[in-house]
Amino acid sequence: MSDSNKTLLDIRDLSVDYETDSGTVYAVRNLNLSLGYGESLGLVGETGAGKTTTALSIMQLITDPGKYKSGEIYFEGRDMMTLPEMEKRIIRGGEISMIFQDPMTSLNPVITVVRQIAEVISLHENITPDDARKKAIEMLEVVGIRPDRADDYPHQFSGGMCQRVVIAIALACNPQLLIADEPTTALDVTIQAQVLELMKELKERLNTSLIMITHDLGIVAETCDRVAIMYAGNVVETAGTESLFTRPMHPYTTGLFDSIPDLDSKEKRLKVIPGLMPDPTLLPVGCSFAPRCTFACESCERNKPTMVEVHPGHWVACPVVVEKGGVSR
Amino acid sequence: MNSTERLLEVRGLKKFFKTKKGILHAVDNVSFDVHRGETLGLVGESGCGKSTLGRVVIRLLDATGGQVFYNGEDILKYRGQKLWDLRRVAQIVFQDPYSSLNPRMSVSSLIAEPLEVNNICKGAEKEARIRKLMDTVGLAQRLYNAYPHELDGGRRQRIGIARALALEPEFIVLDEPVSALDVCIQAQILNLLIDLQEDMGYTYIFISHDLSVVKHISDRIAVMYLGCIVEMAGYQEIFDATMHPYTKALLSAIPIPKFGVKRERILLEGDVPSPINPPEGCRFAGRCHYKKDLCMRKTPELREMASGHFVACHFAEELFEGRKN
Repeated sequence: MSDSNKTLLDIRDLSVDYETDSGTVYAVRNLNLSLGYGESLGLVGETGAGKTTTALSIMQLITDPGKYKSGEIYFEGRDMMTLPEMEKRIIRGGEISMIFQDPMTSLNPVITVVRQIAEVISLHENITPDDARKKAIEMLEVVGIRPDRADDYPHQFSGGMCQRVVIAIALACNPQLLIADEPTTALDVTIQAQVLELMKELKERLNTSLIMITHDLGIVAETCDRVAIMYAGNVVETAGTESLFTRPMHPYTTGLFDSIPDLDSKEKRLKVIPGLMPDPTLLPVGCSFAPRCTFACESCERNKPTMVEVHPGHWVACPVVVEKGGVSR
Repeated sequence: MNSTERLLEVRGLKKFFKTKKGILHAVDNVSFDVHRGETLGLVGESGCGKSTLGRVVIRLLDATGGQVFYNGEDILKYRGQKLWDLRRVAQIVFQDPYSSLNPRMSVSSLIAEPLEVNNICKGAEKEARIRKLMDTVGLAQRLYNAYPHELDGGRRQRIGIARALALEPEFIVLDEPVSALDVCIQAQILNLLIDLQEDMGYTYIFISHDLSVVKHISDRIAVMYLGCIVEMAGYQEIFDATMHPYTKALLSAIPIPKFGVKRERILLEGDVPSPINPPEGCRFAGRCHYKKDLCMRKTPELREMASGHFVACHFAEELFEGRKN
């Protein structure tokens, strides 16, 4: 690729379906997304927006009944979709790592934490078991766990400590890209603050790129350089964090901001987006958000909106607000 | 003092559980009032005892000690008919609408259940009442015969609310009613709860771990840590005139969805300690940046530092003064 020296990850026209008994679920629809070296991107959306499916596609972990319908995923210039399985395995855990939501269920309960970290290291590096163990203990110290707890089992740790172990596993092979799927949702706020602080610090130190999947815009504001808002399988708006938080454009994005209780506001009633996300087996023909949108016009119901750059780096998939944005300025 | 405006008075309430490892102090010597028609927010991290407290004050769990006065009568002494009557006026909405509804019952039979158990009405009258309740909570009439698995989390939670409202209660414990929901649905349910309170004058205890949600809906907020209330004040004072070191750390940990908001984050070290056989002294002392010898020896009482602002910290004055300077 011509721009591969700047772009670490480039997703083009990705579509993923799940074929179920009750119909085909269109989980991700013609999604485009890219990520630069050292960049951190927040992927925001509600349950069922397709965030996790996108992440699993990058890792090439979609399994039956999921199917890739279209698209290319370039990671450092190589198309993940067409790589042989052996090469995908080298990339998974070595160059791209993933942190899952629930630390308690993503660790093996009958294996000590140090062995779980050492396992990744010995799979990806040519290293003796003793050295792998040494390196695993170093990783534990990096994430703030005392070496004397290395031979403990996951149930002897709290949720926050388990998530630290998961982070240690994910970063053990110094990956280029870390995908964190709701890494703090299962944790209490004070523990969440500790884990986020740790992730930020390690990201800086190791210069890892990060995709942070979350439904919490507060976490995005704190940890991400760029944000992509997903709705019903597609990105509806993407921009630098500052631009998105100060000038949200898409009606869904503004609706999302209005739904969050504001600590500084005295307003008792929240502004809500009427209705629900569309049934993923029956997506609307035109804009997926049109049935709930106050700005929707006739053409929104017929035509799929395309991404338009409204400010440098700020892309919106809504012709109505793009036009209005031009008018009000 | 006008005692009639106090609907609920909790005094020295204790709830201990016997476990293999020792006595678990889930709620330990908690006292507070809830005024008629207000919302008291109860916040804290998992395991702090907020749900247990919510259940003890409506007698879903039996207390180990203390008193709970409802309209001036100690409900912990209630037996038989008195207890039945209390259960009609004091209701609860549970956190997880996926596990708190029987999957084999339809929407109408779920809402009918409390009416049938209490022999309130039958036949056409019952159906009319169910349909009215569905309207009240915003459930479409076409869902009358639907089953919970056909509905999303928000609609399921509306069923949970309809069940709580069916017996025309005056006091409702809302135990994390929006935690399992997406923000857009969460906003719809919060608006519904606020509207219902305005129309019917319900009194709420709103339990949550999400401070921005609690601040949004509450008149007063009580912060719990390891079985104790550490601070209690009006919703604005808790945020603007924070006194307890734990509350400060908790508030500073909330990620704010705004760009460039720079805050001093107080990172607490370690985890919440075990509530089993807790030692004498302040429960928070082990993680507190300001702890002194006294904190390890003596359990701080909840003291009124300003009008309606209660704090359980030996050094609240010093910390508060220090903050003002």
